[in-house]
Amino acid sequence: MSDRIATRTLSFDHGASRETASFEEHFEQTLDRAVTAAVLQAAGPTRRQLLAGLGAAALTALVSEVFPLETLRAFAADPVGKPEKKDLSVGFIPITCATPIIMAEPLGFYKKYGLNASVRRAAGWAMIRDWAINGEVDAAHMLTPMPLAITMGAGSVPKPFYMPAVENINGQAITLHIKHKAVKTASDMKGFRFCVPFDYSMHNYLLRYFLAEGGVHPDKDVQIRVVPPPEMVANLKAGNVDGYLAPDPFNQRAIYENVGFIFKLSKEIWDRHPCCAFTVSQDFATKYPNTFGALFRAIVDATHYASNPAHRKEIASAIAPTNYLNQPVTVLEQVLTGTYADGLGSIKKDPNRIDFDPYPWHSMAVWILTQMKRWGHLKGDVNYKSVAEQVYRAADCDRIAKELGYPTHQSTTMKHRIMGKEFDPNNPEAYVKSFHIHSMA
Amino acid sequence: MAGQAKGNPWFISVFVLMIFLLAWHFFTLTSLFDARGLTDEQLQLMEFNGDIVKTPDGGYAWNPEKEKVKGVPGPLAVLEKAKAELAEAFVIKGTNDHGIAYLVFYTVSRFAGGFLAASVIAIMLGVVLGLNKVLFRAVNPFIQILKPISPLAWMPLLLYTVKDPKWTAILVVFMAAIWPTLATTAFGVSSLRKEYLHVAAIVQLSWHKRLFKVILPGAAPTIVNGLRISFGSALVAVVPAEMLLGELGVGYLSWIEWNNLDIAGVIFAILVVGVVGVILDSGFNKLAGLVTYQE
Repeated sequence: MSDRIATRTLSFDHGASRETASFEEHFEQTLDRAVTAAVLQAAGPTRRQLLAGLGAAALTALVSEVFPLETLRAFAADPVGKPEKKDLSVGFIPITCATPIIMAEPLGFYKKYGLNASVRRAAGWAMIRDWAINGEVDAAHMLTPMPLAITMGAGSVPKPFYMPAVENINGQAITLHIKHKAVKTASDMKGFRFCVPFDYSMHNYLLRYFLAEGGVHPDKDVQIRVVPPPEMVANLKAGNVDGYLAPDPFNQRAIYENVGFIFKLSKEIWDRHPCCAFTVSQDFATKYPNTFGALFRAIVDATHYASNPAHRKEIASAIAPTNYLNQPVTVLEQVLTGTYADGLGSIKKDPNRIDFDPYPWHSMAVWILTQMKRWGHLKGDVNYKSVAEQVYRAADCDRIAKELGYPTHQSTTMKHRIMGKEFDPNNPEAYVKSFHIHSMA
Repeated sequence: MAGQAKGNPWFISVFVLMIFLLAWHFFTLTSLFDARGLTDEQLQLMEFNGDIVKTPDGGYAWNPEKEKVKGVPGPLAVLEKAKAELAEAFVIKGTNDHGIAYLVFYTVSRFAGGFLAASVIAIMLGVVLGLNKVLFRAVNPFIQILKPISPLAWMPLLLYTVKDPKWTAILVVFMAAIWPTLATTAFGVSSLRKEYLHVAAIVQLSWHKRLFKVILPGAAPTIVNGLRISFGSALVAVVPAEMLLGELGVGYLSWIEWNNLDIAGVIFAILVVGVVGVILDSGFNKLAGLVTYQE
């Protein structure tokens, strides 16, 4: 730990900027005090000599006194110095949610920010969680609830993670087997066997929310199983499950395979809900601040690029090959352009079926935490606001967006509307208590 | 040898294979696309969904891309897939798309690493246990308990402690390979003819000469039998270990092809696993032939 902070501090020497100037002054003053406290009595030590002389332990104490964590965190947003680490590996799951992370390789967004990053495909979320925690990959594509869960140690060893940016909003759907064409409401789904990609996923929470609003208890009246996204269509085809709330392209792929139909797009449950995210561990962000800053910019840039409908066809062919998604181009095009066959014999048009917006609203994190509490994934008291602010890097994201010329936001929270019911992020505990169907002890 | 049977066995093998391929071919034949009875709108929808494609003469035909993934593909589709894969056997198209030659190499080296390490350790431990009856009896219950545990059952624990999927895969192979060799080596050494050891003692051989000239050669046939069992179980373990850990290799190939519902790819991957097994097995038999003997 001490080494890490020491490295972090030394790197100030490179980053001459407006932001760091004030730190440097503050740092200098405290150092002066330390010098007069006569740790080192050598005449007129330069700062470098002092740093070398002080030793890591003393320096750590000093640094933690001078730098509140809050300011350290803001570092990614400073203009980028030379990346400390250029060769990076970024883990991803082969789904369209990861579009900006994946296409940043073939379309050159990582290169543009001086990084030599290659994307590495994982077969499931548990695998990507382990890769990220063990440092097998430098950064990872995760589901928006995952960095919250990992930071709090729900379903994993606790390790602080940052979520600098959301990848996609919307972009999921409830797909049912074609034998269930007659199903109209949640209550028709009693006894169904569903799959979701991961316990700590928006898919799980949105499916549970949808079922519960229709009076179906997700832990009692149906079965919900965790199945990695790539295996879902195969399971649906084999008749193992009745349906799933899954990321695309696996909803559209079920239609391509003529085994399923889209019952409901997730945007009909919560329009502009977050889905997947770009994450790094707090360790990585503090150890390689310039690399982190460059990655952050590459991702924000790529995400805005992907948001433009005019780019969607180009993106579809860029991410279709075996090295990335390994999917038929027509399936990806239908997902990304929003003109798609619904599996019930008609072609639908919805350009917002999937969209991309990097801004990690704190209120989204709070909503996710309320649902984790509601379904028993989190026990005891939850400090919603502070966890949300620690993990979701909203302020940094806006600063980078501003620097790159993209729109910014007035606030980090907003009221969301989910199936017509308003969610007030300032009152999370009351919101949790307002649900009759839940799995809290 | 029976020596009574007439006819060439090779001829029968080829004949059986031909019958199998023909049956496979005819059972998987699909009829040509027939547009009669379908409205223009339905045709457009089918084209949009990639079921059918327009032919140059203005009609429609089944989409050959999709043909590969619909139902069980015929032998010709598998042959096509094999041709395409083999043509790019040495091409690396990115982190996640390595040619088949690389995948085979990864699997073989993973297998070899785990199997060799397990064999060396198992033989060393086995000799110690075989020479010391009391120790053997003391340790035997543990071996009996650990032996039947599926090597894959260890995987989550290994992954958690080692924190590295590459080493975990090798360790799973290691766990699969260690027990049979250990048990048979201990048995082989303990049931060595007493005369051998007496003679060795009388001529006052040094311990390493005793080990390499008397004990190991004497127990070699039994040890090789153990190695053969270990070899088989290690080969069985390496494929699912790759599938579960997502490590590039032939096992992973079959899993991603299944995830992508490319059944021709799955069949191709199965064939590759078979070929790799045959090659490794024949190599092993050659080695085994060097150390076995008739008493």
